[in-house]
Amino acid sequence: MTLANGWEIVVGLEVHTELKTASKMFCGCANSFGAEPNTNICPVCLGLPGSLPVLNERAVELAMAIGMALHSTIAPSTFHRKNYFYPDMPKDFQISQYDLPINVGGYLDLPDASRVSIERAHLEEDTGKSTHLGGTGRLQGAERSLVDYNRSGVPLVEIVSGPDIRSSAQARAYAQELRGILIATGASDGRMEEGSMRIDANVSIRKANAPFGTRCEIKNLNSLRSLQRAIDYEALRQVELLEGGGTVRQETRHWDELLGETSTMRVKEDADDYRYFREPDLVDLAPDQSWQDRVRAGLSPMPAERRQKLAARLIDPTSAQLDAVEVVIDLGLDDLVERAVDEGVSATLAISRAANELAASIDEVKNFSSESFTATLLMEQRGELSATQAKTVLAELLTHGGDPHEVAREMGFEQLSSSSLGATVAALIEEHPDEWTRYREGDEKLAQFFIGQVMKLTKGQANGKSVVAELQARR
Amino acid sequence: MSSPLRREEVAHVAKLARLSLTDAELDLFTEQLGQVLEHANDMNSLNLEGVVATAHPFGLTNVVRSDEVRASLDRDEVLAMAPDAQDGRFAVPRIMGEAP
Amino acid sequence: MKTAVQIASDVQRGASSADEQLSLSLEAVRARNEELHVFLYVDEDGAREAAARVDDVIAKGDNAGPLAGVPIAIKDNVCQRGVPTTCGSKILQGWRPPYSATVIDRLLAAGAVPVGKTNLDEFAMGSSTENSAFGPTRNPLCPSRVPGGSSGGSAAAVAADMTPLAIGSDTGGSIRQPAALCGIVGMKPTYGLVSRYGLIAFSSSLDQIGPFAKTVTDAATLLEVLAGHDPMDSTSLPEPSPSLVAHLNDGVAGKRIGVVTELIEGADDEIVNEVRRALQAFRDAGATVVELSIPELRLGLSAYYLIAPAEASSNLARYDGVRYGLRVDAADVTAMNEATRTAGFGDEVKRRIMLGTYALSAGYYDAYYGQALKVRTQMIDAFARAYREVDFLVGATTPTVAFAIGEKASNPMAMYLSDVFTIPTNLAGEAAITVPFGTGEADLPIGVQLLGPGRSEAQLLSAARVLELADGRP
Repeated sequence: MTLANGWEIVVGLEVHTELKTASKMFCGCANSFGAEPNTNICPVCLGLPGSLPVLNERAVELAMAIGMALHSTIAPSTFHRKNYFYPDMPKDFQISQYDLPINVGGYLDLPDASRVSIERAHLEEDTGKSTHLGGTGRLQGAERSLVDYNRSGVPLVEIVSGPDIRSSAQARAYAQELRGILIATGASDGRMEEGSMRIDANVSIRKANAPFGTRCEIKNLNSLRSLQRAIDYEALRQVELLEGGGTVRQETRHWDELLGETSTMRVKEDADDYRYFREPDLVDLAPDQSWQDRVRAGLSPMPAERRQKLAARLIDPTSAQLDAVEVVIDLGLDDLVERAVDEGVSATLAISRAANELAASIDEVKNFSSESFTATLLMEQRGELSATQAKTVLAELLTHGGDPHEVAREMGFEQLSSSSLGATVAALIEEHPDEWTRYREGDEKLAQFFIGQVMKLTKGQANGKSVVAELQARR
Repeated sequence: MSSPLRREEVAHVAKLARLSLTDAELDLFTEQLGQVLEHANDMNSLNLEGVVATAHPFGLTNVVRSDEVRASLDRDEVLAMAPDAQDGRFAVPRIMGEAP
Repeated sequence: MKTAVQIASDVQRGASSADEQLSLSLEAVRARNEELHVFLYVDEDGAREAAARVDDVIAKGDNAGPLAGVPIAIKDNVCQRGVPTTCGSKILQGWRPPYSATVIDRLLAAGAVPVGKTNLDEFAMGSSTENSAFGPTRNPLCPSRVPGGSSGGSAAAVAADMTPLAIGSDTGGSIRQPAALCGIVGMKPTYGLVSRYGLIAFSSSLDQIGPFAKTVTDAATLLEVLAGHDPMDSTSLPEPSPSLVAHLNDGVAGKRIGVVTELIEGADDEIVNEVRRALQAFRDAGATVVELSIPELRLGLSAYYLIAPAEASSNLARYDGVRYGLRVDAADVTAMNEATRTAGFGDEVKRRIMLGTYALSAGYYDAYYGQALKVRTQMIDAFARAYREVDFLVGATTPTVAFAIGEKASNPMAMYLSDVFTIPTNLAGEAAITVPFGTGEADLPIGVQLLGPGRSEAQLLSAARVLELADGRP
């Protein structure tokens, strides 16, 4: 979306990601989503009097891994207390990094070759979760709230971008690329719907090259789609406001996915005085070179590198094929594809089937073996399965599993083995001697006639190329 | 003695700390806290230019624990201590605004 | 009453039993607790069980530990699973922690028998134990006077022979000052030597648990049990418990000792005289004494009364009526927090919360809290310079002997000044001990304070032992 009258969108994103540790940030309670309320709680994450935090080593390493993937400097850092009262925060302060974060600076390059700077990526603890009773179930109008502290103390990394993003599409691309990085580092599962990755967008508008305008912070962006829609909505709202002679007020706004609009959630107040000070119960964090090296050595390749590697398997790729490569990388399917190609499947076919058929059933892919994928595609490539049949077999394998050859047979695709196709072709040649003569004399158009006949006989389940191969063999 | 602290500052601080004070308490605390701050002005006698702040007496670094799950508390025992609980959760009256 | 070391020996070799020692202790508690208000809660059932476990171990022929069957009093800001823990505050009335502090586990493992929870100034904020929401504790030596504070109950328990040992916490003098006023030994160990896990925080960077005892040997024995690395406390020193008892008779021969002007100026003459007499005792034992001035120590009080309240304002935010303790109902959660905290906290706690909130708030941070942290650095550096000249320092523990109940209750600043000699050690994170030495007005005890660098506990205890012997105690 482009704004009218020379207005430009300016966006900076704050992405909170829950770290995929076994235990919480400062205690040994399980870090798991969806447990019965208040079953993963202990004196520390419940803020009981006398309890003390001890930092989770793995959380530090995942934070470093994120920093390394974002080209940040791993810096000596400290923890602070951010003081404010809120019932989902058991100590009534949040332990967070403040002026000295673990990851300083950095950047993220997007697939379209644009670069977004990273200001910092710091560690902090998550809060508990409230459910609201009475009214509509939202906070406003509720009579009473119930608090579950299972999420309290779950480790988070907050990644703050520079105000470098200039469109909602770029914001989406940034979030998507970052998500890929978080998954690749093993830091996060990237599940936005479960809240394990949460995005706040700081949106303002300005005329080209003018100083930045007043920004609004948009919360409750639970999907990439919401992110993109909310930024567009908010930018248009600000344009209308400014062109109507108004001013933008610095505030936090809530995105309503159903209404498709943002509304005021909280106005920044002078009373926002968090009284930050050093957390006296924790000591300085200063990962030395050998610790950093260990973490770096454990890093898997990042999406950009994997994208490049996969694209290199294609000869003169079309832009549609490159889009498919991007989908494969975003969904983490490149491993399956690479293995299939190594086993002799053409890269074009493997990428296409992954970007379409596997992508459509992405939730089932985790139970799907690369052997099944490779075997199905090889059958298709050898002409034992038509494209339609291969897709059907893949769908069946994804939902119910099984051996690809048996599945193909059970679905009645077995007659298409090359011997039975050969018999069909031979019979047709006998039935249509004139056409066969013309074909033998070089009228290639007649191949289509034979393919059509084979299709009719096999109810569309034959492979065109295989039919041509059979004809050629008899020519 | 004039207090370095104003009455409205004490009122503001009480609000931040979620304490409510009567007028008499406000007067008394303004005076008493003012005395402490007055005494604290003796720190200005030192030249502290360039001195590093100490938040911790000893310079320990990188104190971490390995990422191992340990037993959690029994929910019933914990909720039995709560002033109000419902459906396995801690219950509170209406929350007036979103968290910052 | 027998010392802890004697009791442990008697119990271990079968001359007495843990249960018998507990009975003696409970009898002493019953005799004077109503008058002195030492214990807020006596955990008779739990203590009987602990004693029975010790007696079982010994019956099997095993060693029950260095404190076998020794009754001990616990300051009521240390969490003990299932035992009411109030911090002397209405806001925690009725709360039973679902976990125990590390020191409780260590005491039980060493065979000690926790008898109950002792009175304190609310959240350890005070110097007289008058700030307890449940009423003041009286000094066993003169019940019209205070026992000092904030660990007044623990000091009084030992002074009144209710238990031979007690533990307290020292944030600005809360072990040493009441020990001095009650005529017993009290030690503030090096920051990090004893785990704070389960100690309800007042000021996290200053708080430290330490021992009370009648004798230096008992104090050393108890501290050896309490000390040592704890993975549950990130600020815990990474080494095992030091060897203290083995060094008790090392003496001070050949040591250089500094008497610090700033740690005696303003003290009553009778106290300064005892400090001088202590210096002579050290000379007699072969030490060299020099006079030192450390002007930075004068700023300790100012820095302390910003740093401690600042940390306290944050540590005490959690008492909001949501998860445990008191709740005063109101229409919304903000009003409920406010009503609960207003009703649950006493005036001194409110004063310090407000002071700390102010010191940390935008616009004042640099002038007050930031400045205080720099003073803290100066204090550490000044002590370090002194310890290049001498092995340890000597001063008064308190400016006066025990004062009358009510005397300073309405004047916070006057009360704060009673900690002027003890505060610098906490700011520096170092070690200090008070040992009774002579008496003053009305035959009330006087404490002499010995201060040393971090991890100097063995040296300070052996020096304290020199004074103990010089004062005619075996």
